[in-house]
Parts: sequence; C-alpha cells; structure tokens
Amino acid sequence: MSSPIVKLVAQRIALGILLLLAVSVLIFAGTQILPGDVAQAILGQSATPESLANLREQLGLNQPAYIRYFHWLGGVLTGDLGTAMSSGQDIATSIKDRLWNTLFLAFWAAVVAIPLAITLGLIAVRYRNGWVDKLISGVALASTSFPEFFIGYLLVFYFAVQHQWFPAISTVYDGMSIGERLQAIALPAAALTLVVLAHMMRMTRAAILNVMQSAYVETAELKGLSAFAVIRKHAFPNAIAPIINVVMLNLAYLVVGVVVVEVIFVYPGMGQYLVDHVTKRDVPVVQAVGLIFAAVYISLNIIADIAAIVANPRLRHPK
Amino acid sequence: MADGKAKSTPLLDIRNLRIEATVYPPGEAPKTITLVHDVSLTLEKGKVLGLIGESGAGKSTIGLSSMGYGRGGVRITGGEVILNGRDILKGGKEGFRKLRGREVCYVAQSAAAAFNPAHRLMDQVVEAALLHGTATRAEAEKRAVALFKKLSLPNPETIGERFPHQVSGGQLQRVMTAMALCSEPDLIVFDEPTTALDVTTQIDVLAAIKDAIRDTHVAALYITHDLAVVAQVSDEIMVLRHGRLVEWGGTRQIIKEPRQEYTNALVSVHEIEHQEQQPGTAPMLSVKNVTAAYGGGHVKVLKNVSVDIFPGQTLAVVGESGSGKSTLARAITGLLPPEQGSVVFDGRTLGNRLADRPKEDLRQLQMIYQMADVAMNPRQTVGTIIGRPLEFYFGMKGRERDKRVAELLDEIEMGKGFIDRYPAELSGGQKQRVCIARSLAAKPKLIICDEVTSALDPLVAHGILKLLLNLQQVEKVAYLFITHDLATVKSIADSIAVMYRGEVVRYGSKSKVLTPPFDAYTDLLLSSVPEMEIGWLEKAIAGRRMESAGN
Repeated sequence: MSSPIVKLVAQRIALGILLLLAVSVLIFAGTQILPGDVAQAILGQSATPESLANLREQLGLNQPAYIRYFHWLGGVLTGDLGTAMSSGQDIATSIKDRLWNTLFLAFWAAVVAIPLAITLGLIAVRYRNGWVDKLISGVALASTSFPEFFIGYLLVFYFAVQHQWFPAISTVYDGMSIGERLQAIALPAAALTLVVLAHMMRMTRAAILNVMQSAYVETAELKGLSAFAVIRKHAFPNAIAPIINVVMLNLAYLVVGVVVVEVIFVYPGMGQYLVDHVTKRDVPVVQAVGLIFAAVYISLNIIADIAAIVANPRLRHPK
Repeated sequence: MADGKAKSTPLLDIRNLRIEATVYPPGEAPKTITLVHDVSLTLEKGKVLGLIGESGAGKSTIGLSSMGYGRGGVRITGGEVILNGRDILKGGKEGFRKLRGREVCYVAQSAAAAFNPAHRLMDQVVEAALLHGTATRAEAEKRAVALFKKLSLPNPETIGERFPHQVSGGQLQRVMTAMALCSEPDLIVFDEPTTALDVTTQIDVLAAIKDAIRDTHVAALYITHDLAVVAQVSDEIMVLRHGRLVEWGGTRQIIKEPRQEYTNALVSVHEIEHQEQQPGTAPMLSVKNVTAAYGGGHVKVLKNVSVDIFPGQTLAVVGESGSGKSTLARAITGLLPPEQGSVVFDGRTLGNRLADRPKEDLRQLQMIYQMADVAMNPRQTVGTIIGRPLEFYFGMKGRERDKRVAELLDEIEMGKGFIDRYPAELSGGQKQRVCIARSLAAKPKLIICDEVTSALDPLVAHGILKLLLNLQQVEKVAYLFITHDLATVKSIADSIAVMYRGEVVRYGSKSKVLTPPFDAYTDLLLSSVPEMEIGWLEKAIAGRRMESAGN
C-alpha cells in the first residue's frame, strides 16, 4: 500500500480514538447529572441521611467527579468495567456472553440483509421507474415504516403461533448447537433485516443512479454490454463509497439498535441487559454498555471511512 | 454532392433519418420536438465523413444513430440506418448490442470522463473485443499494445496497467482511439475527440487519429464544430444546422467554394477587424512580480509575473491549461492572495486579500466566466441578476434601477422582453451577454474575461467578441482576456502575454508578439492553431521545434 493511504487511515483511526474518549466523558457526565444516585437507589425512599452518607463513602461516590472519571476510565482500559451495583456481579463477565449473543444476532441479520439490499438495489436500477423498481421500493419502504415491535409481533403471530416453525421466544444457552441457535434467532433476525433493508436498498439505488449519468456508463453501453453488466461492472464500483457508508451505519444499528427486538423476543443480549439496568438505575452498567455501543458505532464508521478510502483508485494508485 | 449510389454498396447508408425527443418545459405540458429532419448520408468503406455544425445541429445525434443509440429520451422515429447491408433499426435491442463495440465503435469528446475511473485502462480497452468474442484476452492485449505504439503513446507495453487518472488528457484521448480500434470495427464515430484538448495537444491527437484511420482502413464519422479541424481528416464534409442538411460535399469544395451562405459564415468566422492601440503612458493596472501558489506554498503556479494593462485596452493572456492564466486572474481579484509582489491599480497598491479591499476597489474590477450558466443563480430573473450590482454598488432602487437594467440590456443587444426571463430560458450566447451586462452594471474600469467564448459555438463566440469590442469603444473599459484560442487573441488584443508553466515567456504589443522571430513555445502555440487548409496538419507537424506539454 502506498503512503498517502497509510497516512489517511492512521488519521482516521487516531480521530476515532479521540472521539471515543470524548464520548466516554459525555457518558460519564450524563450519568452524573441525572437526579439521584446509586446509594439512593439501593437504599430506597426510607434511607436515613447517615446511612446514605455511609454507603456513598463505601462506594466512593463522594469523591470529585473527575477523579471518579479517571478511575473508571483506567478500569475500562484494563478490562475492568466495575461491579454492577444492583447485583454485585462483575460487569465484564456478565456482558461478555450477552455481547457475544448480540453480535451473533447482528451478524446473521447482516449476512442476510446486506447482500439482499444491494442485489435489490441493483435490480431496481436495472428496471428503474418500471413496476419492478416500484414494487421493490414500495415493499422495502413499507417494511421500514412499520415499527420494529409491530413487525416482530407479526412474525411471531404468523411463524410461531400459527405455523409453529420457529420459537416465539429466542432463548439461547450454553451447549446449544449452531443449528439450534440459528433456529432460535430466525425471527428476531428476520425482523431486524426488514427494518434495515430499505435504507441500504434505497441508498444503493440512489448512489448507482447518480453514476449512471456518467460518460463512462455511456461508453460501456456503446461497447454493447448488457444493461445489468453495465450496472454491475461500471456503475457499482464507482458508487461503492456511499453504499459502504450506509451499510456500516445499518450494521451499527443492528448492534446498538436491537433493544426493542431483543426485548420482544426475550433474547439475552446487550439490549435486554441495558433496559434491565436502566430501570434499576445501575449507573456502572449503563456506563459500560453505553461505552461499548459507542465503540461499536465509532469503529464501524471508521471501517466505512477506510473502506471508502481504499475503494478510491486515485488514492490507491497515486500518479 | 458525393454520389454513393453508382459505386458498390456503401458501408453506412442512412436514409431520411428522423429523430425526436420529448421535452418537459417548466410549467408546460410535455411536447415532442424533432432533432433531426430527414437527413440522409452514405459512407464508403475506409472513408471519413466530417459532420459539422453548431450545438443543436444534430451532429452527435446522427452519429450515435449509427449505433442505434439515443441519449436521454431521444428516439429514432423514422428512416433507415443501413449498416453492412441491413437496417439496424429492425434488429431490436439485442441487435444493437451485437453491433456496438464490434461493427461500430465510439470515441467520446472527453476521454477523461469516458473512461471508468475504477478500472485499469487495458481492461477497458479490450473489454469490447472480449465481450463479442472477436479475440482472446492475449490476442486483444497484443493488439492493444500495437495500437498504443501506433498512436505514439509513451510506454506502450505498460500504459495499460495504469488507471485513467494517471494519464494525461491528450494521452487518454489516444487510448480511447485505441480502444475503439481494438475491436477492429468497420466504422468509428469520433464525437469531438479533440475539442476538450489544448491546441498543442490537439494537433498530436489529430495526427495520431489520422494515421490510425489510414493504416487500419476503418471508416469514420468525424463530428466537430471546428471546420479547420475536420478539414484535416475528412474526405467529405456535411454541414448541418438545426437538424437539417445544409451542404454536403468534398472537403476542398466545402472550405474553398462553399455554396451555402451558412457554410460561408462558418468558413470565415474568425475574421474581425480590430485596429491595435498603442500602449498609453500610465498603466491602469500593473501586476508587479507576482508569485502565487496553491496548497500553502507547495504548488507554485505563478512565478514572478509582471504585466500592465492600459485604460480602455485589451491585454490577452494566452497559454495552455495549467499555464497559470486563470490563477493570474485570481491573484488580481484577490481571490488568491499572492505570496510575493503586488497589484497596483490607478497608482495605489490593492490589498492582497479580497477581504482587505474596499467596495470601491471591488467595483472597479469585474469578472466574466467561461461557464455562463453556472455563473448565474438559476432562480433569479435576468432583471434581478443585472440589477444586483446596481443595488449593491450604487444603491439604486425601483424605477431608477429598472431603467438602468433596460439600458444595459439594450447595450448587449437584447431587448426589454428578457427582463423577466430565467437563465434556463436563454441560449448559451444570451447567457454570456447577461453576464457581460452584469459586469458592466458596476461601471468597472477593468473586466477580466476568463475563457468567455470557449464554451460557445464559433458563430456565437464571434458575436460576443464583436459585442465586447463595441462595448470597449462606448464604455472605455479595459479587458484582461484569458484564452487558449489564438484566433480570438488576434481578433481583439492590443497587447499579449504568453504564459507557460506559470511564467510569462513573451509579452508586448500584439504586433510585436506575433512577429517573428518567435521563442520555441510561442512558435509551438502559433503553429498548432488549425488553419482552414488541406494538408496543414502534416506541414505543421513537420515544422515543429518543440514537443507539446501534453506528450
């Protein structure tokens, strides 16, 4: 690889790390300005001022905020996410399995959604403004417009209740085979796919249509290439950067936006975990999950940026 | 008239071609317009027919019809296109695909845009041959390398490895010609293949194309608006206007004995009478030792440039693209603050940066641009566009302003009826006139004209130049005229500065600059301007002392 690319990529990564640090400050500050604290949450309404003060002392809550921040950050960097206040369990250990579950679900949703969305986008361009294009756009838009809980319950009603092909509740546990796991997550994965499909499909269509105006597309047509070959070989490679961007945004959504779907299907992932602990006002858990979500978002966007840089022949092959 | 019927069957025989398109004018019902009215032509194997005319004449549309192709919503609605003995319009989509890239190939105006930036040149050059199965990959690549050699491209063995952005415009145009020849077609449609190039590069590409046509015996439709260019490569020339045939004949007859008035106008388009003015005593604007750079001083584009402009006179700045002409304008107007040197106007030094200049200084220097349509707000009417400087500089309002706008419209030879029109409703020449009126509205002492006629058809450009000269007489305004077109320079300049790679290589009054002995670069520039003379190309190539920069 040539040097300008290395430099650009290094810049992006450095920027991403800076951004992540800034986000960690925000997450920390955000949880501080919420009314009430953990001590109050643990002891409840009837707590005496003395017992509150004692517990705060014990938990280190009466130290200045910036000291607590660096303390927390230092822990995070060494893999110690702290202890959940509500249950007293180590957060890192409880998160590990759940993060893995969430990524598993996101991965399979992505494996279906991304190729499907791009292929549908290509087909929509091929038959642009015809009925095929309108049908694809219409169905994709409709599936996005429905709220995900509605799609989720619809899927449950049809595939779990009426036909009993898939379980309505996606329980997964250690010792399940991959096939069993896939069957368990089929419905939430389908719901997620339907949610993210339209965005990627529409973006693929728009990005390719944009380059279809180019002179080189005309050149390809005048070589006698078939309409689909022109789109695939000549238009698509030049539309890849915006497509990667929107794909990565949707991937990030698959990881961090699954809260509702996980709750519907009672899937033991990060979303469930987060919702549970928000209601318990368990600040360390909320911070840890928030930071992990931010890290996923930022890294996927960095990957999108890097992929767009690498996809550009001008940067890959300088003069 | 060339008589094709007496000879053997022609390669291409277009009969009564009618081409229509549906247009959607804003606020009106869609309507069908006819772009080509029953045009017929024949082309023998191995011959070159030049199609010439202004934009909108239907040249490209006719050229592309030989491949069954219509841009946008263009439809072939009548006539026959007989290629190799069959009417291709009856072949349907599959038939078109089989002939495109095999029997007929296309060379576009801007090769830089017509090559896919994502693929290597070789993959694109051999693509059509592989697609139609006329050669194996190895054969096609061998053929391509041989063509690269024939078209005198540098490093013919390895240039195919490159991506389009790694190759210069003139070279790309030749690679595109190689791409067309690689499938060994019977006919190539050249659509303004040298129009986007500098004159010094154009001559090389033109010679390469001419040799390649001669050696491969391919027939060609050569589309251009430049009669001098087409005279170098064509056997016959067809003059078109508004989609109708004006005149069709042998090259010599068309340029020497044109029978139609319109053809005659095209032939004699460059002749404008202009008496050179002697420089006055005190220059109005002096550029003193200006050095300017882009990218924080990394790329020096102007090196120690000094020129003077005298009141009411025209200084023409000529050079190829990348020579720093437009950058000089940016330095004078303060858009690009010079690193060294100064700009002196009316005896006082102007602020380097635009923000440092008072409104009065801004008013005195106005600009007109090459692309008139993007230099105007498409959502403002002509009245608003011309009225804006009146309000901004003179605080004119209401009736007073409208009266002045009407006067200005009169000056640019457009009537009052244009006040409420939008730019989209104007022709290219009218748009440029409105831009001229807008700059005149500020009552400037100097107007910088940056390639103002380059995007216009010759006859329209001619009208604009005449207008500019008349306005100079009336308003006593000075012009800094930036152009790459030497014919324009000869028509309007009082003094000339020739620029080459950021430096002024020759500077003085017009008669002095255009009188031998020339330096090598000025000689190259002057000798590269196509002349309406058969055999000029060969003579010019033989007589050159210096390689052009595009090589």
